[in-house]
Amino acid sequence: MNRRLPKKDVVIVGLGWTGSILAHELCLAGLDVVALERGPWRDTATDFNIGTAPDELRYAVRQDIFLRPAQETLTIRNKLDQEALPIRKWGSFLPGNGVGGAGVHWNGQTWRFLPEDFTLKSHLTQRYGEGFLPENHMIQDWGITYQELEPYYDRFEKIAGISGKAGNLNGQTQEGGNPFEGPRSAEYPTPPMMQGYSQQLFTDSAKRRNLHPFPRPSGNLSTAYTNPFGMRMAPCSYCGFCEWFGCANYSKSSPQTCVLPALMRMPNFSVRTLAEVTKINLTPDGKHATGVTYVDAQGDEIEQPADLVLVCAFALFNVRLLLLSGIGQPYDPATGEGVVGKNYAYQSSGSATAYFGEDVRINPFAAAGSLGVALDDYNGDNFDHAPHGFVGGASITCAHTNGRPINFRPVPPGTPRWGSAWKKATKETYNHVATVGAQGSVMSYRDSYLDLDPTYKDRLGRPLMRMTFDFKPNEEKMTAFMADRCEELARDMGARQIVKSHSRSPYNIVPYQTTHNTGGAVMGSDPKTSVLNRYCQSWDVPNVFVSGASAFPQNAGYNPTGTVGALCCMMVDAIRDQYLRNPGQPLVRT
Amino acid sequence: MPFFTRRHLLAATALVTLTPHVPTAQAALGMPWSPNEAYPPTGARPGPWLYFTADEAATVEAIVDRLIPADELSPGGRDAGCAVFIDRQLTGPFGSHEWLYMQGPFSANPLPSQGIQSPYTPRQQYRLGLAALAEYCRGQFGGKTFPQLAPADQDRVLTGLEKGDIHLSGYNGVELFSAILANTMEGFFADPIYGGNKDMCGWKLVGFPGTRYDYRDVIANPNRPYTLPPISIQGRPDWNRNAG
Repeated sequence: MNRRLPKKDVVIVGLGWTGSILAHELCLAGLDVVALERGPWRDTATDFNIGTAPDELRYAVRQDIFLRPAQETLTIRNKLDQEALPIRKWGSFLPGNGVGGAGVHWNGQTWRFLPEDFTLKSHLTQRYGEGFLPENHMIQDWGITYQELEPYYDRFEKIAGISGKAGNLNGQTQEGGNPFEGPRSAEYPTPPMMQGYSQQLFTDSAKRRNLHPFPRPSGNLSTAYTNPFGMRMAPCSYCGFCEWFGCANYSKSSPQTCVLPALMRMPNFSVRTLAEVTKINLTPDGKHATGVTYVDAQGDEIEQPADLVLVCAFALFNVRLLLLSGIGQPYDPATGEGVVGKNYAYQSSGSATAYFGEDVRINPFAAAGSLGVALDDYNGDNFDHAPHGFVGGASITCAHTNGRPINFRPVPPGTPRWGSAWKKATKETYNHVATVGAQGSVMSYRDSYLDLDPTYKDRLGRPLMRMTFDFKPNEEKMTAFMADRCEELARDMGARQIVKSHSRSPYNIVPYQTTHNTGGAVMGSDPKTSVLNRYCQSWDVPNVFVSGASAFPQNAGYNPTGTVGALCCMMVDAIRDQYLRNPGQPLVRT
Repeated sequence: MPFFTRRHLLAATALVTLTPHVPTAQAALGMPWSPNEAYPPTGARPGPWLYFTADEAATVEAIVDRLIPADELSPGGRDAGCAVFIDRQLTGPFGSHEWLYMQGPFSANPLPSQGIQSPYTPRQQYRLGLAALAEYCRGQFGGKTFPQLAPADQDRVLTGLEKGDIHLSGYNGVELFSAILANTMEGFFADPIYGGNKDMCGWKLVGFPGTRYDYRDVIANPNRPYTLPPISIQGRPDWNRNAG
């Protein structure tokens, strides 16, 4: 059955972090807003009940609350001449599903990118020369500056209640914070979390090397907190069930804890769950969106007209919806023409796993998703890259997110995978291992991109998206360098044995790495090289805005959510204070 | 039409009071959820095998007891309930790959970096793989079944499967071994509600306290031994006076 509903002022595709913040602010501005969410409703009291939430098998292994590949997945290949095959079971990354989106199951690590990250192309070219940049790179400036984004970082941190310690307040370096961060207008809303024993060892090791350790900014709250929407959050209990789980404690920043209870009180807001948007509808000239079409739980196709379409799905699915809707020219790696799908990037990593003696008790189960001490001495362009022959960097962290034993069972190299020797090593090792890890940037390249797959379809018969991605020599070299730095730090912590690893080609879809998929609908100042303008408004269809990490022209050495939240808050102001004065018009003239 | 606003919620709340037995209609009018809509975990019930045949079950019990042998550190995989765990998992959505992308075509030559590309569900994997293993054992060991082999021979067969040195007829031995090893470890370390990890023996082995959910005192007092016993979703056996 097909039907057409009465027109709304705003339709939002996906009710996660940015969808819920945009909905809240635009409802406050008096607009009539409907959100369409393809997953189920989820809330703390029912779905993340404390009696059943700490269940590793159900959530971390069977992936109960994630998008089910049966509903949508993508195909993957490493190189242009390979045949892409479907990701049948999630591995390398785990897209969320349902109300709250990835904001339900994330760890809560909430960073600001460095000022140079936003002007990366200009900065690197100026400091090192164009020839220093990696082969076939597509590195771009973002079209905005850190200074312009700063108030919105501050806004998002206050909504989420982030726990941390400022390192740079209005240009003044602060003891105990990150001295490399861009100037902040305010301290974090809540003080840093407590840290565990391995973080103490790491801090001592880093200080002996004259590095600058600081507590990682955390969306697992150190104290009770009330945010600007009046939402009350509780202190984290270090239960060790953050990543891949909903928080039963009201301690992890999420749409559920920070936005939705306020939003659901708005009389001019409504949400439809189990409603999968299949297309953004356009006028015949393709220059204006008339709304969206979605399929509901009964399989009925329904048209929801709206004046303004806000695309707030997960980064990958934002890009697919643009491709399926014919908004913007699809990118072609053969010619370099087109923009939609270009500059897909990911996250790279290097690490040193440190095995200690019996006198070092880590108690890994006492943990939190954002617990950790980090240092930024090797991130971004905080160090001179000239001697090293690579660009980009990484934040180096000693963290403990969990000790859940189906997935966390470290054993020294050479241990058998089963039998009595395996068991003995497992018992003796569990409580005496820490990891020093580097989370690194990934540059954008000519042949790292997203398009529609020619073969595989979703359950509705629409083409799956195809990902073409590999780790390039620049990232291999950079993460090898970082693994060496991690090893130095781990050795000074007193490790008896150290095992290093770092990102290498071929990129493998099987082991979990991160769900930091970026790019594909990038922002910029030139419609020839970007999908969105500086306000994340479509160059081609001005009443469509696209929110999420899909806007990143390349990825920095940090988790993306802080920057996603800041861009969203900037979009709120741009829509409310500029766009609504001249609806349907571009905010940036070309 | 599932179209939800605060006003509808209030109206629906009044409706609930008057007519408590029409939950579907109320859900359509009110907030986008119904009370108790979120589903609790489905626990494993004791009783006969639900998926395995008697021969399959005997083989799986013998295998899990070699993968995790009984010794002074813990009970073995069989007594820990690992085979029961696998049997019960195979009857649920995991066993049918219900949540995975199972549309074809299935490539004959996938790259390792592209992950699983098999058309077989776990139920089919176990059925076909165990049959192929039974045939191999009959042929190599004078008609004996895997459970009838001496432990040293069982270990030799498992090692051969793991390393790809043993070729089964009609099924990939490495894949069979990998599936059983992964599922055995899941059973040994998952919450006991799923049928394995009996008396939290897997958690006791490593010192994982289970579902306690508050470790502020542990973080505040680093590098101390943790001595409290584990707790599962169902509590602890000694919390229940009638626990056997």
